[in-house]
Amino acid sequence: MPLTIGVPREVFAGEKRVATVPEVVEKLIKLGFAVTVESGAGVAASFDDDAYRKAGASIAADAAALWSAADLVFKVRAPTAQEIGLIRPGTALISFVWPAQNPELMQQLAARKLTVLAVDSVPRISRAQKMDALSSMANIAGYRAVIEAAHHFGRFFTGQITAAGKVPPAKVFVIGAGVAGLAALGAAVGLGAIVRANDTRPEVADQVKSMGAEFVPVDYQEEGTGVGGYAKVMSEGFQKAQLAVFAKQAADVDIIITTALIPGRPAPKLITADMVKSMRAGSVIVDLAAEQGGNCELTVPDQVVVRHGVTIIGYTDLPSRLARQASTLYATNLLRLAEELCKAKDGTIDVNFDDEVIRGATVIKEGAVTWPPPAPKLSAAPPQAKPAATPAAAPKKSGHGAGAGEPASGAGVAATFGTAAVLFWLIGAFAPASFLAHFTVFVLACFIGYMVVWNVTPSLHTPLMSVTNAISSIIAVGALIQVAPPLGGSTMDRPSDWILGLAVLALALTAINMFGGFAVTRRMLAMFRK
Amino acid sequence: MSPSLAAIAYLGAAILFILSLGGLSHPETSRRGNLYGMVGMTIAVLATVLGPRVTAAGIPWIVGAMAVGATIGLYAARKVQMTQMPELVALMHSLVGFAACLVGFASYIDTSIEFTGAEKAIHEVEIYIGILIGAVTFSGSVIAFGKLSAKIDGKPVLLPGRHWLNLAGLLVVIWFGYEFLQAGDIAAGMTPLIVMTVIALAFGVHMVMAIGGADMPVVVSMLNSYSGWAAAATGFMLSNDLLIVTGALVGSSGAILSYIMCRAMNRNFVSVIAGGFGTGGGAAPAAAGTQPAGEVTPVGAAETAELLRAARNVVIVPGYGMAVAQAQHTVYEITKHLREKGINVRFGIHPVAGRMPGHMNVLLAEAKVPYDIVLEMDEINDDFPATDVAMVIGANDIVNPAAEDDPTSPIAGMPVLQVWKSKTSIVMKRSMASGYAGVDNPLFYKDNNRMLFGDAKKMLDEVLGMLKG
Repeated sequence: MPLTIGVPREVFAGEKRVATVPEVVEKLIKLGFAVTVESGAGVAASFDDDAYRKAGASIAADAAALWSAADLVFKVRAPTAQEIGLIRPGTALISFVWPAQNPELMQQLAARKLTVLAVDSVPRISRAQKMDALSSMANIAGYRAVIEAAHHFGRFFTGQITAAGKVPPAKVFVIGAGVAGLAALGAAVGLGAIVRANDTRPEVADQVKSMGAEFVPVDYQEEGTGVGGYAKVMSEGFQKAQLAVFAKQAADVDIIITTALIPGRPAPKLITADMVKSMRAGSVIVDLAAEQGGNCELTVPDQVVVRHGVTIIGYTDLPSRLARQASTLYATNLLRLAEELCKAKDGTIDVNFDDEVIRGATVIKEGAVTWPPPAPKLSAAPPQAKPAATPAAAPKKSGHGAGAGEPASGAGVAATFGTAAVLFWLIGAFAPASFLAHFTVFVLACFIGYMVVWNVTPSLHTPLMSVTNAISSIIAVGALIQVAPPLGGSTMDRPSDWILGLAVLALALTAINMFGGFAVTRRMLAMFRK
Repeated sequence: MSPSLAAIAYLGAAILFILSLGGLSHPETSRRGNLYGMVGMTIAVLATVLGPRVTAAGIPWIVGAMAVGATIGLYAARKVQMTQMPELVALMHSLVGFAACLVGFASYIDTSIEFTGAEKAIHEVEIYIGILIGAVTFSGSVIAFGKLSAKIDGKPVLLPGRHWLNLAGLLVVIWFGYEFLQAGDIAAGMTPLIVMTVIALAFGVHMVMAIGGADMPVVVSMLNSYSGWAAAATGFMLSNDLLIVTGALVGSSGAILSYIMCRAMNRNFVSVIAGGFGTGGGAAPAAAGTQPAGEVTPVGAAETAELLRAARNVVIVPGYGMAVAQAQHTVYEITKHLREKGINVRFGIHPVAGRMPGHMNVLLAEAKVPYDIVLEMDEINDDFPATDVAMVIGANDIVNPAAEDDPTSPIAGMPVLQVWKSKTSIVMKRSMASGYAGVDNPLFYKDNNRMLFGDAKKMLDEVLGMLKG
């Protein structure tokens, strides 16, 4: 029997998001589900009940009606105690849960014999990216952080030269180049600011550069990548070096956006009160880690405060401040998760624990707590680990050095040299001296050719063939000397006409090759350009 | 010109030829390399014509023959399309082979230079071998030309007991060689020489007929090598060191190319020459092995354009299908468009993509794709995990993950481009038919793979339209 997906209105104070949007409702219905939305659920995100109705959803008048109708509940925030009271036992719930931070909530949910999938627990592997609501929300938070900063910052972001004077561009420093950090980088670059970023994970430097920002490294050797692509706690020495870098940046920049989080720990304190003091009046700090205590010592969660002339923004609901966008992306993430749960497209769900993604996301199955899941596989291996990991696969690079391939085995070398020695001895024993001179030249030329051609770059193999082809028309020289050689007296029976005919024909053929070969090589090589 | 001066001129020409090949180590220096080759050739021809071995009576003939050849050659070089390069190169190889035969026959009937004893025997062996190699090169190249230009069916033609036929041919050739050496005069020697030539021609035809499709790069480079050895053999025949040096250079160059191509397919030279795929030593392909499971996900041009637009890193993997559809210009247009949007587009070239070594590079260069974004397999394979979209255009076996994962696959161990490691791969193909090796491709069934069915040129034009629209 097809299940009914229930989407309640979010009751958390200030939460404007909604767990599904009309566009996604249509797709959920195509999967075979029925969809019920609580009246007014999408209003704060600019989706009214009519839009849902048009998409095919039915509207429940109030929360009680919705919860009793739903077999599968899509929510943004974890349910409150009051909401848990309304849930029918056996219902499945998909929402943010944060099981590590909310053990009590987990117990209450388990007590109701629910099946709970936590979108914050979806493993961070490539296949699950489309379901990764953390990333999509972080993306929005990063963007919104720049917008908030611009709102509180008293100047342009982009540099301008106007009739009324020169405006310097704003300088933005982003700490932590995760999803939120990169989104902030992109938004700030887009507004025309000079943007710099720092991260403890060295492999993100390229990503930072690709966004058009500058990577500010900390000059201290330590690998900062933890399991699942997140950052980890760094050593004391590193932290000291890092703070020195930040202090220098703080004195220089106008805006700091901090996004540094370590899973399951309070946010590291990276911007000290002294650093805030050193910033110019009118500067702005946006602290995306405010919920976990903040990266800045002076951050007050959920508030905008001014300290030492610097505006410090500690909003913890940045995605909700872009409610329509956030709802759309969140709804799509849930849709993708629903697709994984409902492979048969018949409106039922299968919580398949063989599927790595579903296993990771499921924190409670039919009342039994299944969190934490088995450790995820390392997603982005640090580059240092690579050489050891792939000795077997990588074939030897061609086109460099004089070597033909792998060093041959001792026996192989011995056999080769043995054969060569026998051959050489035979030739030396029987061939006349004049032949040996030519043979010497021949063998040496083979070796020269061997050495030279290994250096040819593979992209030029076709020109190489056509130029060697042209060069091999040197055979024309053979024809030339047969056309009309100076004749002695003793060779009256020489069939000169025949020879002339053969030689002239050979000459014409090689001339085609000679001119054609060089010309076509020239034409080809002229096309190779940077 | 005195004999010594001519000899020194030859030395200069030989050095210039070596420098010419050396210049090809990099696109920057390659144009100069080609120039060295031309200068070397001019010096060699002038030194011969003005040298002691050519009298004034021959000049009109020489000028006339060269003029005719030059006209045809330059015309062909101007007219040929870059997708037809393999055919042109094969055809040119055949000319060298034919010329080597002619020079060999002319040399044999030329009685103006007397040899005695061992020298005579060696000279005759040289003639015999020179003509043999020349004839095999000639007929083999003509067949290769026919196959590449689709005048002959590209499928391998495998005669029953073909290895025995070849062996018998070889024995007959050796026996007639003995007869040839024993022949008292030229008329008596002519019969074995002609019989041998016919057998050599038949051998060339037979050898290349048995090879087809994706093995053609090996054949083309092998014939390239043969044409060099033919020149070298002619050099021995005429006691001309310049011919020997040049022939050896060309011969070893072709041999190395053949070796590189074989290694790129993880096959040994003998099994390629023996012909057919997976039929070499009676080892039947693991037909009923592992059938890839899952569904293919077809997409349209619009979705492809969407994926490309959303990507940061794109790698394009072209194959023979791109050459057939003449899609390289559209590929470049798409590349240009994406690069203007700041998307990092690069190309990954498998060594045996196409029908001759470096075929794809030439096509992309023709379409004005800058060579510094065209990378070799080894250079780009490590980058696939960081690639958002890998677009495979008309290639199959060179992106088959079975080569790495499935030890029973006929192409197991062949190095391949690991497009499946990118976030999304898009394979453009006309249908679900398997590639040359006849192996099903598990890539098509992967979750992150999309199939864009249709003619490469037509589909890419649509994608380009979507991108611009």
